[in-house]
Amino acid sequence: MKKSFINGVGCISVQKTVDAAFLAEVELTTKESVVFAKQPSYVEVISPSFIRRMAKGVKMGIFTSTQALKEANLAMPDAIITGTGLGCLEDSEKFLKAILDNNEQFLTPTSFIQSTHNTVAGQIALGLQCKGYNFTYVNGAVSLETALLDAKLQIETEEAHSVLVGGIDETAQHNIDVQRMAGNIKKQEDLPCSILEPTTKGMILGEGASFFVLEEQQKESSYATLDAISIQNSLELNEVEQYVKTFLNNNKISLNDIDLVVLGNNGDVEFDVYFNQVSHFFNQTPQAYFKHLSGEFYTASGFGLWMALNILKEQTVPACVKMNSIEREMYQTVLLYNQYRGKDHSLTLLKKC
Amino acid sequence: MEALKQELKEKIIAALNLEHISVEEFDDNETLFGDGIGLDSIDALELIVLLDKDYGIKLTDPKEGKTIFQSVETMANYISANRTK
Repeated sequence: MKKSFINGVGCISVQKTVDAAFLAEVELTTKESVVFAKQPSYVEVISPSFIRRMAKGVKMGIFTSTQALKEANLAMPDAIITGTGLGCLEDSEKFLKAILDNNEQFLTPTSFIQSTHNTVAGQIALGLQCKGYNFTYVNGAVSLETALLDAKLQIETEEAHSVLVGGIDETAQHNIDVQRMAGNIKKQEDLPCSILEPTTKGMILGEGASFFVLEEQQKESSYATLDAISIQNSLELNEVEQYVKTFLNNNKISLNDIDLVVLGNNGDVEFDVYFNQVSHFFNQTPQAYFKHLSGEFYTASGFGLWMALNILKEQTVPACVKMNSIEREMYQTVLLYNQYRGKDHSLTLLKKC
Repeated sequence: MEALKQELKEKIIAALNLEHISVEEFDDNETLFGDGIGLDSIDALELIVLLDKDYGIKLTDPKEGKTIFQSVETMANYISANRTK
């Protein structure tokens, strides 16, 4: 069975993740209830005549996929697979608002064309003239993991030799308003907050895009192999430990083989208890977290994966993401655990190559 | 007529997200499609909707569009002769 090497990455986030040293300068996202991704200059990558029609998510997706392809020195992937929780939300809202404002008349095509969930994968394919497998998963907080699983299977079964995989989510005003009304976003009076020792409900909403090139061949640019992914829609709190144990057993690795656990704590006192279970289970293992840097969104785990891959490459865990003081001489195997509001649990296993 | 042209330029820039063009740079006689401003068929649909929504003009013959949407000048002439609002 072919291995899946991650040979190129690209990331746009709330942090300086474009043209900057790995987490050299970070800003905590714990002061605002909604945080926005730093937008790079897109004109070098996208023609101005196309940029004018693109929503933020599309631009972030094209930019980060270009970065990943460039790093992997790959001109044309065999497949493009994306994951997104809410798709091109800004244009979806624009189009729906136009329907209401204009009494279902005078509907213009641009925002409709750009509003579908698979717009990003489609626009990347158009730009590359890639006529291969093109798929978008809209599976809540496991959208990216599902895309990664598909990519891994494409390589294992030799359907594809190289796959461009990414996760994209953007913020949009109406969605922010709705999430606030539902109590999913932290209240202003609860800020600034502690992500690791939360006392209040809700999350800090963020946005971003991350892309990865998976290939069957190892290259100089290789970060790691994507060894295993597990997705579980729903788990009771007392089932989490067994879920992790089963995953480790299925992959024939012991608890001590894990050199770093990356957890998706988002500071929601109601649901971070799931992460506490995993943290407790790995109490002799170095641990890191990332949503204090990325904010929470359906594909925020892409930022966590980008971070884990950079840790494997640089062999150092930045102080700003450490959850405990335990260290290892070498970081060979990393396990990521994520969930959102007690649903969409995922485990991702990476090994340094 | 000058006011209409100014208004039209602002509306075109806003509707088509022509962020790289300012009203001052927008020449009255510059070709909108092809080599000039570089608009395409999706923009043509946006302009048809703009005429209908803002000036009450319904274009029933698509061939008409080629002449009407030649430039801001031709659009302004057509609007002032046919507007219903």
